[in-house]
Amino acid sequence: MSSDRDAAIVGIHEYPSRDVEGEVSPLQIKAESAARALEDAGLNWSDVDAIYDAGDGGGMGGLNIAEYFGLKPNVIDTTNVGGSSYEFHAAHAKRDIAAGKAKVALLTYGSTAHSNARAIGVGGRGGPGMHPAENMDAFAGMTLIANYAMVARRHMHQYGTTSEQLAEISTATRYHAMRNPEAVKAMEDLEFLDIRETTISDVVNSRMIADPLHLLECCMISDGGGAVVIASPEVARDCRKPPVWILGGGEATKYPENGGDITTSAAAQSAPQAFGEAGVTPAEMDIAMVYDSFSITVLTLLEDLGFCKKGEGGSWVQGGKLRFDQSGGPALNTDGGGLSSNHPGMRGIFLLIEAARQLRGESTSQVADARLAVAHGNGGMLGSRHAAGTVILGRD
Amino acid sequence: MNDVKRPIPRSDEPDTAAFWQGTKEKEFRYQQCKRCNTVVFYSRRHCTGCTDGELEWKTSAGTGSVYTFSVVRQSYHPFFRNMVPYVVAWIDMDEGPRILSNVTGVAPEDVSVGQKVQVEWEEHETLNIPLFKPI
Repeated sequence: MSSDRDAAIVGIHEYPSRDVEGEVSPLQIKAESAARALEDAGLNWSDVDAIYDAGDGGGMGGLNIAEYFGLKPNVIDTTNVGGSSYEFHAAHAKRDIAAGKAKVALLTYGSTAHSNARAIGVGGRGGPGMHPAENMDAFAGMTLIANYAMVARRHMHQYGTTSEQLAEISTATRYHAMRNPEAVKAMEDLEFLDIRETTISDVVNSRMIADPLHLLECCMISDGGGAVVIASPEVARDCRKPPVWILGGGEATKYPENGGDITTSAAAQSAPQAFGEAGVTPAEMDIAMVYDSFSITVLTLLEDLGFCKKGEGGSWVQGGKLRFDQSGGPALNTDGGGLSSNHPGMRGIFLLIEAARQLRGESTSQVADARLAVAHGNGGMLGSRHAAGTVILGRD
Repeated sequence: MNDVKRPIPRSDEPDTAAFWQGTKEKEFRYQQCKRCNTVVFYSRRHCTGCTDGELEWKTSAGTGSVYTFSVVRQSYHPFFRNMVPYVVAWIDMDEGPRILSNVTGVAPEDVSVGQKVQVEWEEHETLNIPLFKPI
């Protein structure tokens, strides 16, 4: 049985640029972010004894990243489950620190997806040969957005969810993005046409990309990266910033099944583990950092995390309650999210970073006296095979 | 004439090769376990329902229904970019298998969840592709 004070986030950094114009590599973004996050914690490279790496720097992450950083870690965890990798890493770091295997864990991310102008969305690809599922799916021409759109279509069919309800997700995140100078700069650098707060009508009248998802329901493709430092209670006590405790974690995966329900994600399995370990409930969450690749991702995940019943997400999100200055629900993606701040392909690390900012009181859309946050990463693709990582965070 | 082709499945992928072999005869084949009755699709060597499974090949009647779908209006793929708008759908075959495919031969706005469809084979040199049209 783990205690709720096993490990804490003590250092964070979000790489500020969303467009590095091809002049900085993913590895360089990872290293710079790591250095800044260690400084934020008041630690140094030599304090790090555990590395968690999704392989985004190229090559075999587990073999190469320690050398690049110049570290000799005792724990090397190379879990790669796409955008949810960092929630898995955080939960694993808590487990490894609690087991006495490590004292200071380093998680890093770097991507130049925008500079590369490449298709993103699946971080989990790799290894030799082809997965048999790929040999079944490729002929149909399912785009990334269509994959998620099919969840939205089925959700609408099964529960009566509307585009206007889904648009609540987009307007809430943009509301937060407009308060975050880095998000505004990102939208400028990525040449968004109309940088302002949006209305429900703006979203549902934007261009249809893959029915029923509109342009303003889709995340951006940016460059970016970041780092998170997680430490034992003994180390955390002497760090520069107040500790953000990792109270619980859960992980799961889901894939297409004959007769399966596409409207329920792997979060329905990971969330009870995380909330159970933390001994808290969704209703107690001040902050919900929920992977917003698309509007439907958030709606589905909010239901599966237990904020409302399955199928009731559409009516539950209505009325602006996900905004940081409204009551009745958690503040959603207060950095502006993947929809309006950054999405370099695997944005799970930013969920941890912004949740930590909130619990330190450092957000640009700060919720007064925020005490508890959930960070939920969805990796892979919601409408087919994906992974879910749920992490519950709390301050002293 | 657009000479860029639809992505053609590989016939040497170890698990799914037998399914694609069947399409040469325009047969939609799937597996079912003789012991636990689990329908296995995509095809595999092992039963996902029990550890001592005995998988048997069966042939679907080729009919099913649309579980969910999307109309793709933007694609950067060299083949599919010229196909927009087109319908991508998860199809539930009446015998149980769920397959990702396209609904063709109908205007995208006339496709709906629950719609009954039947397989329509798109012919290629090495195999045939199971697309679906409303019944």
